[in-house]
Amino acid sequence: MSAKVVDALKATFGAAILENHAHCGDETVVVEASKWFEIATFLKNDAAMKFDMLTDLCAVDYPDRLPRFEVVIHLYSISLGHRIRVKARVGDEEGDGAEIATVTDLWPGANWFERETYDMNGIVFQGHPDLRRILLYPEFEGFPLRKDYPAARTQPLVAYRTEAEAGLPLEKLAPFREDEGMAFGRRELPTSEPS
Amino acid sequence: MGEVNRSIVLEGNETGFATTKFDSLLNWARKYSLFQYPFITACCGMEFMSLAGPRFDIARFGAEAPRFSPRQSDLLWVVGTISQRQAPALRRIYEQMMEPKWVLAFGTCASCGGFYDNYATVPGIDKIIPTDVYIPGCPPRPEAVIDGLLLLQDKIARGDRTPGIVKPREDVATLGNVNGLVKLEKKSKKAER
Repeated sequence: MSAKVVDALKATFGAAILENHAHCGDETVVVEASKWFEIATFLKNDAAMKFDMLTDLCAVDYPDRLPRFEVVIHLYSISLGHRIRVKARVGDEEGDGAEIATVTDLWPGANWFERETYDMNGIVFQGHPDLRRILLYPEFEGFPLRKDYPAARTQPLVAYRTEAEAGLPLEKLAPFREDEGMAFGRRELPTSEPS
Repeated sequence: MGEVNRSIVLEGNETGFATTKFDSLLNWARKYSLFQYPFITACCGMEFMSLAGPRFDIARFGAEAPRFSPRQSDLLWVVGTISQRQAPALRRIYEQMMEPKWVLAFGTCASCGGFYDNYATVPGIDKIIPTDVYIPGCPPRPEAVIDGLLLLQDKIARGDRTPGIVKPREDVATLGNVNGLVKLEKKSKKAER
């Protein structure tokens, strides 16, 4: 059913649709980042598309690829019952230039999704009405879901008590052994000093 | 202290007097009138609700009255994961409490950060505020929390401010010959003959 959407996109935008694939019947198109808003407007407003619901908006970091990030939206049409996943690739190796147009004007629900994506991956949504961190605090440096963010780097807002102050050892073992849990450990990576 | 307590409470129509130290009497009163401030942030809160409800009933230990103002409470229950963003709030709540005050870390996340070994989570509330009792478990069973509360009451009575950790209870099924309990083991063929 959604294959029609892909055909319509290709007919309308031609070379701006970079590639497409389908997995288990879920159609995905990768589009030119500069046409992001235009394509989103078409998907929202065209009589045969009518994607009136933005299910999700997020970003994925592929540090080995160029452009490095993929911004992903999942759309669903309540009236026509079809879905599409649209991706656009942005950003250089350092994560600079990870900018894309906002779709808040089309789907107001995109507002907080875009703020979260900015917060976690550092994607800048141009034209967003209120682009600031939504989950983390303004003092936080860097973007934690970027693959080059050290997995165990914490940025405490309250200075930690020292062991001398507490009078007992504060460093505790992780609740799992070295061969369990995730492959990274708190001890191996540098932690930043509280400012 | 236990002996002192027993001498205070006189049986039936017995009359007389008991001697004790003022501090002991004060600590004895404090330990049975803990006004608590529940700082609940995560799933352990469900376990806290069951604990505060009639089934496990911490009212039995004089700790039933929650006070949602830190200024009126003696015991801070930190129940759940504390994120770095919440840390200033927790610190301020602690500072607003009047002395004497105690802190109880409920569950693994509050005790050491649990499996949240990442950018967002405080690895244990003792990094921020002094903690008296740690209750491990994800979430801890109500029995473990009651053990923690009794441990805290014991510490209050003794005036002991060193941190304590609730130890796991022994599983009665593995203890062997305990009166009144069915021992779980396979019947051997010899015994049947």
